[in-house]
Amino acid sequence: MFKYEKDQDNIVTVTMDMQGRSANVINQEFGKLWLETIDRLEKEKAEIAGVVLTSAKSTFFAGADIDDLFKQTDAKLIFEMCEGLKKQLRRLETLGKPVVAALNGTALGGGLEIALACHYRIALNNPKAQFGLPEVGLGLLPGGGGIVRLTRMIGLQPALPLLTEGKRLKVKEALSNGLINEIAETAEDMIAKAKAWIKANPKAINPWDDKAFKFPGGDARNPKVASMIPIVPAMTKKKTWGNYPAVEAIINTAVEGSVVDFETACRIESRYFTSLAVGQVSKNMISAFWYNLNAINAGGSRPKGFDKYTTKKLGVLGAGMMGAGIAYVSAISGIEVVLKDVSVEAAEKGKAYSEGLLKKRVSKGKMTKGKMEEVLSKIKATDSAADMEGCDLIIEAVFEDRALKAKVTQEVESVMLAEGTFASNTSTLPITGLAQASARPKQFIGLHFFSPVDKMPLVEIICGAETDDATLAKAFDYVLQIKKTPIVVNDSRGFYTSRVFSTYVMEGIAMLGEGQHPKSIENAGMKAGMPVGPLALTDEVSMKLMDHIRKQTEKDLAEEGKTVPQHPGFAVCEKLLAVNRPGKAAGAGFYEYPQGGTKFLWPELTNMFPQTTPLAQQEMIDRMLIVQALDTVRCVEEGVLRSVADANIGSIFGWGFSPFNGGTLQFINGYGFNKLIARAKELEAKYGERFSVPKLLQDKADKGELFVD
Amino acid sequence: MAEAYIYDCVRTPRGKGKKNGALHEVTPTELLAQMLKAIQQRNNLDTSLVEDVVIGCVTPIGDQGGNIAKTAVMMADYATSVPGFQLNRFCASGLEAVNLAAMKVRSGWQDLVIAGGVESMSRVPMGYDGGAWVLDMRVNSHTDFIPQGISADLIATLEGFSREDCDNYALRSQKLAGIAKAEGRFNKSVVPVLDINGLTILAEDEFNRPDTTLEGLLSLAPSFQMMGEMGFDSSALQKYTTLEKINHVHTPGNSSGIVDGASLVLIGSKEIGEKLGLKPRAIIRSVAVTSTEPTIMLTGPGPASHLALKKAGMTINDIDLVEMNEAFASAVLRLQRDLNVPDEKLNVNGGAIALGHPLGATGAMILGTLVDELERTGKSTGLATLCVGGGMGIATVVERI
Repeated sequence: MFKYEKDQDNIVTVTMDMQGRSANVINQEFGKLWLETIDRLEKEKAEIAGVVLTSAKSTFFAGADIDDLFKQTDAKLIFEMCEGLKKQLRRLETLGKPVVAALNGTALGGGLEIALACHYRIALNNPKAQFGLPEVGLGLLPGGGGIVRLTRMIGLQPALPLLTEGKRLKVKEALSNGLINEIAETAEDMIAKAKAWIKANPKAINPWDDKAFKFPGGDARNPKVASMIPIVPAMTKKKTWGNYPAVEAIINTAVEGSVVDFETACRIESRYFTSLAVGQVSKNMISAFWYNLNAINAGGSRPKGFDKYTTKKLGVLGAGMMGAGIAYVSAISGIEVVLKDVSVEAAEKGKAYSEGLLKKRVSKGKMTKGKMEEVLSKIKATDSAADMEGCDLIIEAVFEDRALKAKVTQEVESVMLAEGTFASNTSTLPITGLAQASARPKQFIGLHFFSPVDKMPLVEIICGAETDDATLAKAFDYVLQIKKTPIVVNDSRGFYTSRVFSTYVMEGIAMLGEGQHPKSIENAGMKAGMPVGPLALTDEVSMKLMDHIRKQTEKDLAEEGKTVPQHPGFAVCEKLLAVNRPGKAAGAGFYEYPQGGTKFLWPELTNMFPQTTPLAQQEMIDRMLIVQALDTVRCVEEGVLRSVADANIGSIFGWGFSPFNGGTLQFINGYGFNKLIARAKELEAKYGERFSVPKLLQDKADKGELFVD
Repeated sequence: MAEAYIYDCVRTPRGKGKKNGALHEVTPTELLAQMLKAIQQRNNLDTSLVEDVVIGCVTPIGDQGGNIAKTAVMMADYATSVPGFQLNRFCASGLEAVNLAAMKVRSGWQDLVIAGGVESMSRVPMGYDGGAWVLDMRVNSHTDFIPQGISADLIATLEGFSREDCDNYALRSQKLAGIAKAEGRFNKSVVPVLDINGLTILAEDEFNRPDTTLEGLLSLAPSFQMMGEMGFDSSALQKYTTLEKINHVHTPGNSSGIVDGASLVLIGSKEIGEKLGLKPRAIIRSVAVTSTEPTIMLTGPGPASHLALKKAGMTINDIDLVEMNEAFASAVLRLQRDLNVPDEKLNVNGGAIALGHPLGATGAMILGTLVDELERTGKSTGLATLCVGGGMGIATVVERI
């Protein structure tokens, strides 16, 4: 409901308080409430001095309800919905009475657009509040007049970064960026200020409704602006590779809208909004970053029936790059950490890693010195297993060697809490096998972190054959405790992320072996939406390590009487290793790494792998994306993956799989099952059985099903 | 079928396209009107026989707006029956005007047409007309717009033309233009620009620098590096996928100069020439216009030249002289490679790097230079070609009578 109260000064306060939900959102119910309110305001206009718009929730307004939009594919309906919302906001804006938005908390997306349609915005000094138009993150644009009003309010140049990056601002930044006009310290103060402004500005109108309106900083026809904008699309595509239509649509709306009147600009905005809303990219991004991510954070993959567990004391074995990173993210989340290595010196070096990162935060003003000391004091560097006493979680991050891992497991299990969890941070070795070294295999689990740990948002939780649900629940809670995103997979070689990631780099390497130009391969990787080209990524990982893993796999499988499927990329890596070019760490791989200079592709590559007819970029892109999608389907088929959300988010957060495609399985939904199957068959005929169609894919295509949870 | 003959070619000297350029004080309409008067006087022309005046202009707004062709026709006191119109095919506008005039005459529907172009770059700066290709973000993005200078650098990178290659070419242009000027090779076509009192404002080209040295050229900073690094390079590299980076080799020294000027060519049928007692100087054998990939933009001359040669039933070996507009050194070097033209046939009197490129006027200017040089050397056949925005290319094949 919307509360409608008129005071003795005839100022109406409308308090939005939608029932049955924690925040106000734009949906059908909102439409009804808003309409009633506007109708009444217009009817009683003669007796009204002004309007204060506020909220009874902890936030002002959350935005638009995504469900209706996500399901909608009809352009005409979306366009009309968008125009309808604008019309209703416009009625408030042109009521003829001053309207003030009293922002008691967060106003994002549609919520901020409502506030922008008011004549003045006063925000409560609420440190949790966020203000911004983050629609771009879901492949959309602010379709409620947000672009048209913000650009006319603060100018094209200041508005565009806020819109194209979807920045969320704190209250003080919102003020300095001109999104809000004033800050109030208390709720009473906020309402009092709003009413005072109404009394002082009885004839308030928005600047664009003034005949004398001048576009701040100039519109797109202003020579100063016109001299700057020709490079904007190039700068945009330098970052997006043309894969994010929302960024371009925002720029187009802002620029095109600047040279026409307000109403026409709004209509242009609705048309671009519609094009995004019906487009596949927004469907993909909403699927991943709204539905999938929400499902994961809500504990979709966590076993039910276990109380939330808070890890208190963490032991980390191995203070190398990974161990040091795990120590850091845990300590900063308030967990007591024991960081152990073979010597105190080595352990201290690992702790120094945290100190370095914390000092950076302090120098950037993001942390106080006191807080830094507090975090550092939580990390104890040691060489003694005895210090692991009382740990309720131990994570080993030692070298990928089975014997070594077995040794360290046994060393600490006797010291830690009997009910504690032992986790291995392995990226490839099957957990079930590692758990054989443990006296408590039910409490043994895999926690696969990504490097660098402090930056990478994902942790892949791997359940061994004997891992019990209680242990999984605890591990899941720990990952959330350190503010990372957990996905849960079943045990298998390479689990999910390492396994499917490798199909991407190996496909690129195979192309090099076929005689494709190395730069064209890297280009196709970027154009496919991957964060780094396959050859550069291989250099980062190191071909030596890849070779080590492959040999280990061959050995393991040989023991089971199996053979490793051959990949045309292997021969390429062997050739590079033969000339001592394993990768970046060695200063030589597919790339050259000049001291103090920018890396460049090793010029000899085109001689080592004689060039053939260039493949179309789209052929390369298809190969790189489809090979990952097919292997992901095999992971589902084999039971490695337990949920679609984990597959999609795991791929995007784990190895940066094409976000605009919405993750490895959503990519298939978007591409179309039958089309993908046909394409895979073509690729299989040309490039081999890694493109063979898994039965599950064919079955789902036959049944007309999608990959959804 | 009627044939199209060239009866006369005139042009203004090229003035520096800046405030301190000699022609800055003269309006483009006046430049054009003076050339129209010169055509009339040199040929003792009854202007009522002129059936159209076709004028190329690349930035047709402001001083150059509102159909500058008809405006200048009126200023030149031509007969009231003479119409005129302005066209824009970017840098090919002047040659497009000539080619269109030739088509008019060859169709038999018009007998006498004046074609040419004008551009006062000092008064109406390049790009002043904006346009959707650059300023409409949707169009700009859809076409992967990059400035021509980046395209020129892209060609150099793809073809392996080094900074030295481009500067050596520029040096050659300056030297040959210097010789041509010193020997008076341009005198046949160049008509001094006068003031309202008949006093001379500019009598010869003023942009070229005969004292240019390779060392001096090599010391100039690249013009397009900064904007390239800001984003345009990336647009080129995302399309030309085998390149890791763009080698920025073009500078003000090896790119065409910004100048003011106008040019005209008198084109007519054999019969009208006989009727007026005019001596035909050359015949237009063929014309062609085409387009190539817009990001690399400046590779159109090769395909356009091949097309024109094919239409004329000729090969490049049948051509004695080639005039290719020196928009950027790499564009000329690329054409030389595409057509396999020997140095001694190519731009033998220098070109726009030394003399300047008055956008809309250049096409008709280089055609005039070509006809003059064929006559001077007694050679027979010539090809004029220009690279053009949007990837277009244009070419005209002429044969001396």
